[in-house]
Amino acid sequence: MTKTAVKQRKSFAQVFCLTPYSVWAVLFIVVPLIFVAYYALTDNSYHFTLDNLTRFFTATSQVGDTEVRTYLVIFMRSLRLAVISTIICFLMGYPIAYIIARAPAKTQSILITLIMIPMWMNFLIRTYAWMTILQDTGILNGFLGMLHLGKVHIIGTETAVIIGMVYDYFPYMILPIYSVMAKLDVRLLEAAKDLGCNSFGVLRRVIFPLSLPGVISGINMVLVPSISTFYISQKLGNGKFYLIGDAIEGQYVANNLHFAAAIALILMVILLVCMAFLQRMANKHSAV
Amino acid sequence: MKTASKIYTALIMIFLFAPIAILLVFSFNASKSLSVFSGFSLNWYKELFKDTETLRSVRNTLILALSASAISTVLGTAAAVGMDKLRNRVYHAFLDTVTNIPMINPDIITGISLMLMFVFVGRLFGAATSLNFTTMLIAHITFCLPYVILQVLPKLKQMDRSLPEAAMDLGCTPLRAFFKATLPEIMPGIITGMLMAFTLSLDDFVISYFTTGNSFQTLPIRIYNMTKKTVTPKMYALATIIFFVILTLLLISNTIDTDSFRSSGEDRKARKNKKNEEAKKA
Repeated sequence: MTKTAVKQRKSFAQVFCLTPYSVWAVLFIVVPLIFVAYYALTDNSYHFTLDNLTRFFTATSQVGDTEVRTYLVIFMRSLRLAVISTIICFLMGYPIAYIIARAPAKTQSILITLIMIPMWMNFLIRTYAWMTILQDTGILNGFLGMLHLGKVHIIGTETAVIIGMVYDYFPYMILPIYSVMAKLDVRLLEAAKDLGCNSFGVLRRVIFPLSLPGVISGINMVLVPSISTFYISQKLGNGKFYLIGDAIEGQYVANNLHFAAAIALILMVILLVCMAFLQRMANKHSAV
Repeated sequence: MKTASKIYTALIMIFLFAPIAILLVFSFNASKSLSVFSGFSLNWYKELFKDTETLRSVRNTLILALSASAISTVLGTAAAVGMDKLRNRVYHAFLDTVTNIPMINPDIITGISLMLMFVFVGRLFGAATSLNFTTMLIAHITFCLPYVILQVLPKLKQMDRSLPEAAMDLGCTPLRAFFKATLPEIMPGIITGMLMAFTLSLDDFVISYFTTGNSFQTLPIRIYNMTKKTVTPKMYALATIIFFVILTLLLISNTIDTDSFRSSGEDRKARKNKKNEEAKKA
C-alpha cells in the first residue's frame, strides 16, 4: 500500500467514526437548544414576539394586599433556597470530606461507598422518604411525642424544602472535595506546621486554598440541580413554594410551551453567567 | 481517627441512612401508619407484586436502559476513537463543547429542549402525540453519550500507540488492527462507560418526564405518578427492593473489580466537575 492510500483509509475510518456522533450531537443537542430560543421568541402561531420574555419580568399577581412580580419572586426564591442549601451542604460536607481524606485507605473506600449508596437510590424515593418523616403525623413527630417534647410543624415550610435539597444533593458536594483532598500532598501540611502554623492556620492557609477547585465544583454540582429542581418543593413544600423548575413544569403541563421555553431560556442564561463567574473565581485563586 | 471525627462521621451516616432505614422498616408494617409500627407483615410486598402497572414499568425501564446503553456505547466508542485521532482543531473544539452541553445543562433544560423539538417535528408531520418510546430512547442516548465518550477517550490517550501500528506492520488491515489491538486495550473504559450509561438511564426521571408519552411508563415515572396520590407503604416495599438490588450489585461489582466499578460510580457524579477543571485548564 502506498502512503496516500493508507492516509485515505485513515481519513475514511475517521469520517466513519465521527459522522454518526456529529450528526447525532447536532440533531439532538444543538438543534433542541435552538428550539428553546425559537419557542421562547415566538407566539402560539410561531410569529416573532418578545411577550414571553417580558411576561417573565412583568407578570404580577396578588399576594395578600400587595401586588408582586410573580416570576421574579419565584426566581428569587429558587435562588435563595438553592444558595442556602448549597451553603449547608458545604458546611456539613467539607469537614466530612476532610475526615475521610485523612482516614486510612481502607476506611476511605468504605466511607466513600457508604456516601454513594443513597445517591444510587432514585431521588424521587429519597425525597418521598423525607416527606413521610416530616409529616405532621410522621416519624419525627411520633418520636418527639414519645419523648414528650411536643410537636413540630415542618412539612410545607421552606425548612422542609431545604432539608430535601440538602439531603438529595449532599454527596455531590462531598465527592469532588474529597477527590481533591485525597490527592493533597501531606508534606505541605507538615511543612506549614514546621514553620509554625497551628492547625487552624494549616486549614486556612494551606488546605482550604488547595481544595478550592473541589469546593467550586461541589458548589456547581449542588447549586445547579437545586435551583432547577421541580419535585422537592411540590412534595416537601406542599406546593406552596413554587420554584423556577415548578414554573417550567407547570407551563409544560398547561401546554404553554412557548412560555415554558422562555423561562428555560432565562434560567439557562443565568446559570451560564453564574458558572462563568464561579469559574473565574476558581481561576483567580488557582493563579495565586 | 480522633473521637470528634468519629462522632461527626457517625452523625453524617445517620443523616444519610436514617430515611432509607425508615423506608425499610415501615415497608414491613402491618398497618398503613407511617409513625407507629404495629407488627410485621409482608402485605405491602404482596400488594406490590399484584400491581401489574408497576411491574410493566420495571420491564419498560430495563428495555429502555439496555437499548440506550447499547446504542450509546457503540456510538460513543466510535466517536471517541474518531475524536482521538482528530487533528482539525475547530472540529475538535466543536465536538468537545457539544459533548459538555448535556452534562453542564440542568436536566430540566435538556428535557424541555428535546421535548420542544419532538413536538415541533411531530406537528410538522401532523401527529397528535409525538412523544413515545422512540423519543425517550433518543433522549436517553443523548444524555448517556457524553459519559461513554469521556470514559473511552482517556483509555485511548493512555494506550500504547505502537500496538496497533505493530499489528499493521505484521499484516493486519487497519480495521483488524483496531479489533485485535486497540479494542482490548480500551475495553475497561467501554465497559465502565456502558455501566454508567445503563445506571444513568435506569435512574433518570426529569428528562424522561418531559420526553415520554402516555404509552410508555418507566419506573421513575411510575414512582412519580404513585407519589402524586395518597401515601401507601407499597411504595416503601418498592424502595426496599430497589435498595437491596443496588446494594447487591454494588457488593458484587466491588468484589469482582474493586477499583474500576467504584471509581465509575464516583466518576459518574464527579464527571461534571472534572470536566470543569479540564475546561479551566484549556
